[in-house]
Amino acid sequence: MIYYVGAFLLIGIGLYAIIIKKNLIKILIGLDLIASGTNLLIVSIGYVNGGTAPIFSRAGITAKMMVDPVPQALTLTAIVIGASELALAAAFVVLLYRHYGTLDIKKIRSLKW
Amino acid sequence: MIRKITYAIFLGIIITALVLFFAAFPFGKNKMAVGNYYLKNDIKQTGAANVVTAVTLDYRGFDTLGEVSVLFAAAAGVAILFYVLGEDKKKREKQVYPNFIVRVGSRIIFPFILLFGSYIFIHGHLTPGGGFQGGAIIASGFLLLYLAYPGESVNRKRLSVVEGLAGLTFVGLGLWGLFTQGNSFLFNFLPKGQLNMIFSAGILPIIYIAIGFKVASEFAGIVDDMMCEAVCRGGEK
Repeated sequence: MIYYVGAFLLIGIGLYAIIIKKNLIKILIGLDLIASGTNLLIVSIGYVNGGTAPIFSRAGITAKMMVDPVPQALTLTAIVIGASELALAAAFVVLLYRHYGTLDIKKIRSLKW
Repeated sequence: MIRKITYAIFLGIIITALVLFFAAFPFGKNKMAVGNYYLKNDIKQTGAANVVTAVTLDYRGFDTLGEVSVLFAAAAGVAILFYVLGEDKKKREKQVYPNFIVRVGSRIIFPFILLFGSYIFIHGHLTPGGGFQGGAIIASGFLLLYLAYPGESVNRKRLSVVEGLAGLTFVGLGLWGLFTQGNSFLFNFLPKGQLNMIFSAGILPIIYIAIGFKVASEFAGIVDDMMCEAVCRGGEK
């Protein structure tokens, strides 16, 4: 249960940063927080009470004692892809700063509304 | 005003979705559907001790190929944004290097980071870990070297060769299984071996090693682009 709460808190903090903050770097940090919270949420959905990791590492472990492997397999690639997408977003921010000379989204013309 | 109303609607949709989610998926209850099949048939069908690896590379190997392509697209996007849209012909100028301890310490630690990353992706089918994680660890070693020596750069051509060969290994193994052995892409044609031994699970360790090299070279390329953005000077503005 604490994992759900933590994941929702992370997503909420990220949403707050995206909606309220005006600095593009802080918005990127918010995006990354949302990604982390989503990953935590997906993994915690697959948790089974009293389950172990889905690895046949010892002789006594059977398939009945394990948690769901599918969310973990999905999250595993999502973490690395999230990091590389963050690098891509950072590259966009660098170009925006070079073009406009500011990171404030109120001063960047096409992002203002 | 419109902005605040839009935000309120947006937050309302998200909160409703979360409440519905809470109602449908209580924490800790066993709600496996397809996971049960994977857990039951994993040893027989793939021979990998780590079921997560079996799902990633065997049952959903084609998805993983797509995810590796997404990673490649992001790395290429970073390079394109910095080199095509930015100023051209930049050179690394002589930098003021960090102090002695950082320089020497990074040189001592770097081989051990490489060793640890290789361990993680070679044992991907036995222990928690795998190609993605090991590659990220190795790339963090490259990041350490860049922080200690900001004026130096890795050989990008060799990095591209490693990355291309790794991707080719993945696709080539899949096509080999498709055309010669079985009737499916990424068919596991090598012997399964004994459970929990390093030579087991057929082609899964080879694919994970290829993914490890690919992720490491792609992240090292991203780090190289970012560092050049910070320290490169020159070119016509």
